[in-house]
Amino acid sequence: MNKIPGYRRYIPGTQPRHLHPSYVSSIKRAPQQPLVWLPHTLSEITGPVFGAEIADVKASDLTRQHSGEPVGERIIVSGRVLDESARPVPHTLVEIWQANAAGRYLHGNDQHNAPLDPNFTGCGHAVTDSEGRYRFVTIRPGEYPWGNHHNAWRPAHIHFSLFGPAFATRLVTQMYFQGDPLIPFDPIFNCTDDEKARNRLISQFDWETTIPSQALGYRFDIVLSGCESTPMETHGHGEKS
Amino acid sequence: MSLPATTWQTVGPFFSIGFSWLYRDNLAGPGVSGSRVEISGRVLDGEGNPVPDGIVEIWQANSQGKYAHPGDPQEKKVEEGFTGYGRVPTDGAGLFRFTTIKPGRVPGPDGHLQAPHLEISVFTRGLLRRLITRIYFPDESSNAQDFALNLVDAGRRSTLIAKQTDAGSGALEWNVILQGPGETVFFDV
Repeated sequence: MNKIPGYRRYIPGTQPRHLHPSYVSSIKRAPQQPLVWLPHTLSEITGPVFGAEIADVKASDLTRQHSGEPVGERIIVSGRVLDESARPVPHTLVEIWQANAAGRYLHGNDQHNAPLDPNFTGCGHAVTDSEGRYRFVTIRPGEYPWGNHHNAWRPAHIHFSLFGPAFATRLVTQMYFQGDPLIPFDPIFNCTDDEKARNRLISQFDWETTIPSQALGYRFDIVLSGCESTPMETHGHGEKS
Repeated sequence: MSLPATTWQTVGPFFSIGFSWLYRDNLAGPGVSGSRVEISGRVLDGEGNPVPDGIVEIWQANSQGKYAHPGDPQEKKVEEGFTGYGRVPTDGAGLFRFTTIKPGRVPGPDGHLQAPHLEISVFTRGLLRRLITRIYFPDESSNAQDFALNLVDAGRRSTLIAKQTDAGSGALEWNVILQGPGETVFFDV
């Protein structure tokens, strides 16, 4: 166990720093001390395992969680979860949550003066298949105002939470929509320095997953930290079931 | 082929709607061996105000020092019902609480065992990425040799070690101070 195969560290600039003053909530919550660099051990290269049974069909179809149809434009959001070597991340849990079509979350603290939808909760989860694929049916979320600065509006987005194979591969991010005019003005979208990294958060309209007369398809692939090369294989991490 | 990892984004203010279905505040179900501990604490911001919209995730080994994960090569058993995963929200006073078992020692670098610890992720609005830290146990002689604790300035190590609140009851207190005096040590993982 002398050489524990770790996961790759993030490429500088491609991740937000903790303090990003234009996102005002970070000012009183970001740590001031430098993070302590921790070599990966067995504790970081392992992580929670969830079986496929944790997600049923309704969990990934947010339009079928109530007796009626939610208001708004039905969409299909799908993609693959990959590691940095472009290998699929199979059987991993993906959680999503979002506002309804009017831009309102089903949360007690959401004060936006827009209607709730009794047929839309806005939460779902799915487990990727053996090829790392996931698929959600949902409603295109609305943009909404927030109190960060004068006339602040969040672009339409869907929150994603992923586990991946290890504690080290946990990821929470947000998916945006191509062509949203609010994106360039959003301090949360802009919290990452690297422009290409930011733009990878924008999903692409996709004919292939669009269902005729039913729903437009949007594709959003997600990349989790990959394992460092050689020693990984000798310990059988990842591929072994 | 190499792809860059997707960038983090904040969980935002309403993420409890997406996380609550998987709340797990008891990692020590029936059939799980080991000494029971209840760990509670508060998440506080840079002004000492409670963070009422936080969520804490836990990852840990069982009492034998074995992770419920296929990547753990040790020839040890994992009891049925032990997953090692927990997720708990903070309440209006910033308070979180969970029950678990004290984990065994797991392998660390250079063939040395690590002191018993829990891996912790902290999520709240205002954090652009999760914060990663560890909880160690009081009165644990192996803490002195633990490689991760020894990476930390001696003056800040105590932020990683839970405190006994009531001798003999298994109740421990461990707080998360996001910023400022007494700031909790967070790791770059």
